[in-house]
Amino acid sequence: MSSRIDQRLAEMQASNRCALIAFMTGGDPAPELTVPAMHAMVAAGADIIELGMPFSDPMADGPVIQRSSERALAKGMNLKQTLACLAEFRRTDNYTPVVLMGYLNPIEHMGMQSFAEQAQAAGADGVLLVDCPVEELDTSGEVLSKHGLQQIFLIAPTTSSARLSEICAHGQGFLYYVSLKGITGAGSLATDEVAASLRSLRTQAKVPLAVGFGIKSAEQAAALANDADAVVVGSALVERLATATNAAELNAAAAEILAPLRVAVDDTRRNFAA
Amino acid sequence: MGSACRRLLVRCNVLTSNISKLEPVATLPDERGHFGQFGGRFVSETLMAPLQELTEAYEQAKLDPAFEAEMQSDRRDYVGRPSPIYHAQRLSAEMGGAQILLKREDLNHTGAHKINNTIGQALLAKRMGKTRIIAETGAGQHGVASATVAARLGIDCVVYMGAVDVQRQAINVFRMKLLGATVIPVTSGSKTLKDALNEAMRDWVANVDDTFYIIGTVAGPHPYPQLVRDFNAIVGREARKQMLDRYGKLPDALVACVGGGSNAIGLFHPFLDDKDVALYGVEAAGKGLSSGQHAASLCAGKPGVLHGNRTYLLTDDDGQITETHSISAGLDYPGVGPEHAWLHETGRATYVGIDDQQALAAFHKLSRCEGIIPALESAHAIAYGMQLARELRKDQNVLINLSGRGDKDVHTVATLEGIGL
Repeated sequence: MSSRIDQRLAEMQASNRCALIAFMTGGDPAPELTVPAMHAMVAAGADIIELGMPFSDPMADGPVIQRSSERALAKGMNLKQTLACLAEFRRTDNYTPVVLMGYLNPIEHMGMQSFAEQAQAAGADGVLLVDCPVEELDTSGEVLSKHGLQQIFLIAPTTSSARLSEICAHGQGFLYYVSLKGITGAGSLATDEVAASLRSLRTQAKVPLAVGFGIKSAEQAAALANDADAVVVGSALVERLATATNAAELNAAAAEILAPLRVAVDDTRRNFAA
Repeated sequence: MGSACRRLLVRCNVLTSNISKLEPVATLPDERGHFGQFGGRFVSETLMAPLQELTEAYEQAKLDPAFEAEMQSDRRDYVGRPSPIYHAQRLSAEMGGAQILLKREDLNHTGAHKINNTIGQALLAKRMGKTRIIAETGAGQHGVASATVAARLGIDCVVYMGAVDVQRQAINVFRMKLLGATVIPVTSGSKTLKDALNEAMRDWVANVDDTFYIIGTVAGPHPYPQLVRDFNAIVGREARKQMLDRYGKLPDALVACVGGGSNAIGLFHPFLDDKDVALYGVEAAGKGLSSGQHAASLCAGKPGVLHGNRTYLLTDDDGQITETHSISAGLDYPGVGPEHAWLHETGRATYVGIDDQQALAAFHKLSRCEGIIPALESAHAIAYGMQLARELRKDQNVLINLSGRGDKDVHTVATLEGIGL
């Protein structure tokens, strides 16, 4: 059976649409609002969800996602509960792919085998380990694969060609191109350069290409929608979701950020086709 | 000694009996930066290329006689090396056992062993054509040592320091500013050393083209644990030669404090294959290992991944990094260098805990008995070295790394003892 991620991205490609991937941190703005926030993102146009597993030391993340991790942990969120939220989400949404994104330490603390079993049981489709490059994957890759969890890898503007082929050989689901040197949510984006890099990456990639880090506006998303199979929005969404205190507010917050991006990427592809 | 430490000693002594079976160990890490299961390069993709670039630049520098020559003249004329070994005769007599010898890293320029590393990394930065240096600091010693070499080379320097530490270590903050560095207080997480390290990494990711990140300890992603160890190993190389020249034999034991572990690995490394030399790393037991308020990752932690390497860490039940406590800001870190994790697991070195009160007592003891005020970090090593000396014969030698001087700590000690200055 092909995975939810493969299936969804194939459907999007078949209808010439660019997918929208929405990131949120499990437990933020509150543990009990995690599942409503996931549904809100889907309702607002997200095709794939990246669910952050909060960590005390998120070295690759910018201030927005750091603070969201801190808020979640302060409210008692942990890895077990993040997986429980996903399981609850799956009771009413068995269709939207969910990628678990986070850092190694909490996972290894639980045990890779135990994590893989629980993540599979909860309904996860992929795992993105931010601080685990392909060289350090060791036996973890097999363990994750055995439990139907696809391994999503990052590719940076600085990735060497030798490592690029190595990553392409291991990458499943989609490759996540880091659109800027720096941390999540940072800086300004040279979308022309990023689009050119995506086109060059396309020649080697065996799976669809997603692009993220620093995408905030509909204009940026539109500029990348022709060359990427998916656009990821994280910090901008997390920042807006943080102000919500109930399901209705989450719906409004998700719509405010995602709806314009949805329109932008869809219009770009339609215009391009026309 | 607390009962937890006693148990640990018993356990480690059992492990020590396996040492004879070990392979020669001084050749690690392997090509990918592993010390057994520890070390490695656990960073986000963006940092992989700059780390590779750094590794290659360092390998090339090692082969260049001009680099070594420049290091040597800097050590001699700027740092003041070699540092002497001092026989603490009154302290030895008072303990009534082994002779206590001190490797005087406290006499270095800037007052600690930290400069050994920063002059090396700064020369590397210059070779690589980097125009900006960044560093993280806890107590401020590494920040000062980085600001010092940056001033000397005329390179911009930015130091990340936890907001809590900025408050606690105002004098060092001012020293860095006098040296022309910019100090950025870090307000995320626990606002201490580990968060300063996170923030420095984030800066580096965004500015890799012109920026060199000087890590202050033997932790972080490969090649840092190796790089920092090699630059600090001058301490052990000198000590080994000084012992042979003066006493005609190697010491029976080496003792050094361990936070991240740079002064300890610097002393230990050239002795790793000398199986008759016992190695003792002294961690900060804070308010006691059973209190949960300490910084003893090897005595009380478990393996995990943080700051780019696999090593022993202090975490909660969910694998979140916990806040640490020590009277000494320089030991206040929830991880430890991967090579120490490996020496611990193979039993080549023994790691013990010394608590705040024991360290404070040793701080006073060395001051009154030998006229040397040690850094609070080094006082942990002194405290354990004194205990060890009592258990050994008078014709044996215990060499303690006096990694820094205590001038920076007089305010802390005065405050703890209710004395207004």
